[in-house]
Amino acid sequence: MGPKKRVSIRINGVNYLHEVEPRLLLIHYLRDVVGLTGSHIGCETSVCGACTVMLDGAAVKSCTVLAVQADGAEVLTIEGLAQGEDLHPLQEGFWECHGLQCGYCTPGMILSAYQLLLRRPDPTEEEIRRAVDGNLCRCTGYQHIVDAVQYAARKMKK
Amino acid sequence: MPVSKLVGARIKRREDPRLIRGLGHYVDDINLPNTLHVAILRSPHAHARIKAIRVEEALKCDGVVAVITGSDIQEQIGPVPVASQNPTLRVPKHPVLTVDKVRFVGEGVAAVVAEDRYTARDALDLIQADYEPLPVVSDPEKALEPGSPVIHPEWPDNVAFRWALKQGNLAKAFKEAYKVVKQRLVHQRLAPIALEPRGVLARYLPGEKELTLWSSTQIPHILKTQLSLMLRLPENRLRVIAPEVGGGFGSKLNVYAEEALLGYLAIRLGRPVKWIEGRRENIQATIHGRGQIGEVEVAVRKDGTILGLQYKVVADIGVYHQLLTPGIPPLTGLMLSGCYRIPAIGIEVVGVFTNRMATDAYRGAGRPEATYVMERMMDRLAQELGIDPVKIRQKNFPKPKEFPFKTATGLVYDSGNYQAALRKALKLVGYEKWRSEQKRLREERRYLGIGLSTYVEICGMGPSAAMPAGGWESGTVRMEPTGKVTVLTGASPHGQGQETSFAQIVADELGVDLDDITVIHGDTAVVPSGIGTFGSRATAVGGTAVFQSAEKVKEKAREIAAHLLEADPEDLVFSDGKFSVKGVPKKGITIQQIALEAHVAKNLPKKMEPGLSATSVFEPSNFTFPFGTHICVVEVDPKSGGIEIKKYVAVDDCGKVINPLLVDGQVQGGIAQGLGQALYEEVVYDENGQILSGSLMDYAVPKAGDLPRFELARTETPTPVNPLGVKGVGEAGTIGSTPAVVNAVVDALTPFGATHIDMPLKAEKIWRLCQGKKAARAGGGR
Ligand code: FES
Ligand code: FES
Repeated sequence: MGPKKRVSIRINGVNYLHEVEPRLLLIHYLRDVVGLTGSHIGCETSVCGACTVMLDGAAVKSCTVLAVQADGAEVLTIEGLAQGEDLHPLQEGFWECHGLQCGYCTPGMILSAYQLLLRRPDPTEEEIRRAVDGNLCRCTGYQHIVDAVQYAARKMKK
Repeated sequence: MPVSKLVGARIKRREDPRLIRGLGHYVDDINLPNTLHVAILRSPHAHARIKAIRVEEALKCDGVVAVITGSDIQEQIGPVPVASQNPTLRVPKHPVLTVDKVRFVGEGVAAVVAEDRYTARDALDLIQADYEPLPVVSDPEKALEPGSPVIHPEWPDNVAFRWALKQGNLAKAFKEAYKVVKQRLVHQRLAPIALEPRGVLARYLPGEKELTLWSSTQIPHILKTQLSLMLRLPENRLRVIAPEVGGGFGSKLNVYAEEALLGYLAIRLGRPVKWIEGRRENIQATIHGRGQIGEVEVAVRKDGTILGLQYKVVADIGVYHQLLTPGIPPLTGLMLSGCYRIPAIGIEVVGVFTNRMATDAYRGAGRPEATYVMERMMDRLAQELGIDPVKIRQKNFPKPKEFPFKTATGLVYDSGNYQAALRKALKLVGYEKWRSEQKRLREERRYLGIGLSTYVEICGMGPSAAMPAGGWESGTVRMEPTGKVTVLTGASPHGQGQETSFAQIVADELGVDLDDITVIHGDTAVVPSGIGTFGSRATAVGGTAVFQSAEKVKEKAREIAAHLLEADPEDLVFSDGKFSVKGVPKKGITIQQIALEAHVAKNLPKKMEPGLSATSVFEPSNFTFPFGTHICVVEVDPKSGGIEIKKYVAVDDCGKVINPLLVDGQVQGGIAQGLGQALYEEVVYDENGQILSGSLMDYAVPKAGDLPRFELARTETPTPVNPLGVKGVGEAGTIGSTPAVVNAVVDALTPFGATHIDMPLKAEKIWRLCQGKKAARAGGGR
């Protein structure tokens, strides 16, 4: 175990300063150190996407990023997507369209879709399916997830 | 039920706002101060003698608090339980951590407890375990061969149990048959892959002598009882909480070694302990599903009438039984009649020990196997006899007026109209159009296939007589003094949405706002009793219990209203949450006012107990039997072996529907899993018992891009088994879809002489089949 390293990360608009082990994964930093447990762990091997967060504007699987790599960066997690009782159009879409059952994949799924809508505000069904191909959902069969993203895209265009 | 406003409505879920904000609490999201973390050393061998385990190095590691091996706890923790009434069952002792031998890859050998998760995992590497490898029995058929290596020395034949059933005159059926069609069918092992792996947090309060265990489980109450037996703790000092549960699909319908281990460690160490399963562990040491190899023979008349069916199955059990392991293959046997009239049926099951993880209930649990057998065979028969697959099914359906319909296997199907669902699906898909399209495309050497599956399944588990641990469910409805309603259900959900659907039932019955109702589940200290959510039973059994309690509350409220309004209870009408005297709508009292009166208890009818709540335990008289038709259209590319799903139609009949939105979700998710079995998924063990599909990189869970859009429709045939008329829908999609997909692919490849292909239908298999046949076609010409 090497000496601890200082990281300064801005998460959901708040600055955090911590001393961490160099090997600490970003997902564990977010969950265990900062206490933001909305991002989940489903595989720890970059496959399931449950841990997806935005890192400096790009969706990343935070189980495959070290906390030290995020030093100086800006992170957005599901908790930061909307304030208080407000909902982001994607969150609203998932609710309206029954885009979740157990909800375990949902935060990661929403953030992957968030990146998609940043890049393509009006995606086709195929583009949506491709965009969340790195996010596994075992419950829904994805159809309502596609509907949810379409709902959000419509809403955000208005 | 009275005229309803909410029951039957597409209502969005009330559990969602916390989940879409990331504010739900799954086990690993619960943090108690001073918690220790547990990591488990698992066997790398499928079969080996443990010569020595040395833990000193691990113990020296900074931050390690304890290292436990099997011999440390063999006296303290009882074996992992199995529930079964099968008299032939052989039950090997299933220790929480193994002592002398390891018998499958992933079996727990030792546990490290440390201050944090990284240290716990580091210390695993410092434990030195010496193994002496033993011969491995991986293949269940080979396990039955004489001279095969033996897993449990007390049973040298590796047989775990036998189960058989014979009804009707099979000899006659097979003698009179125009044709007997035989087929070998493999139902590969699957991993349930709930997206949240298992996890346990345990805390012991020595003063109160109370152990609280948070577990990602489908059955908190059953787990509480079993843990009290395993840990020898009084059950009334034990509390199990299933917090948010990230999917189960049967994999959390169990009692696992780790749950008892964590309970034990919390008591022994006096600090909270947490264990979160990794995905590799999950594929190694959480139950698998399916794992049957069947030989089926069907005797049929020239016109397609089925005379008899014989099924012999080798069921791959694994090393130990988990909770329901031996109960799964018999469920296949009981459902083998499918939605057909089959006068004679014979089934022989042999459960076989193998050096693998246990099989148990995975979504469908025995019924997908039955449906697959019958639906594959219907297509095989149609092919052999040159009859359309639709016609042969219709020929053998019982008619709607024949319900309740008794099968040769002894079940009584509650209600059904198989023709109607089939007709609707044919119309929706455009069956005739696809058949002519198929013909046309074949001229262009393009291969379209149309696959049908007309299924019936068994749901709503109860009754208790047929269940190892009770088939009832409890439901409490309590009106609080302020008029809010608290509902308690023993049917602990894990994504099904009972907080919404059960609230709909109660809101209609009591005429209160949905937002004034809270549904609580999953905590044994709050919910008085329960069985759990599995077997598509939650609404049919648990929903009914809640409904009956709401009825009781309403009846009591009526008596109070009559007392306060000085009227006869019979003369009161109830609407919109208000009792009023017939003909005098102005004079009335709301159920909220009554709730307050019931609690302050100053003016109640004589001898009436204060309060306004009721608890019911509903015990169904029979199972329910949902059914439907799924149709899949595929195009297969013989050059690449690729399969494209062009259309997928599902018409399901789950009786009355409480919330169509949730039913759609259940069906879609179910189809995705059934389709996963047909096309992608398989837990592959090699001959040494090593898992070759040990991570999500090799175990192919369907992704968004792999799946088509599903077109859903319904017919509605209520069940007489419960007053709600609901049958259950959690597993229908999984049960119905698998054979529809396989039938479609085989249908597409008929020009290549295909009659059957075992799952999963990987491109390689398809490609090989087409390669092999090419020469013959070139010779024969077309
Ligand atoms: S936990 Fe990061 S991808 Fe699965
Ligand atoms: S909602 Fe359960 S995994 Fe997606």
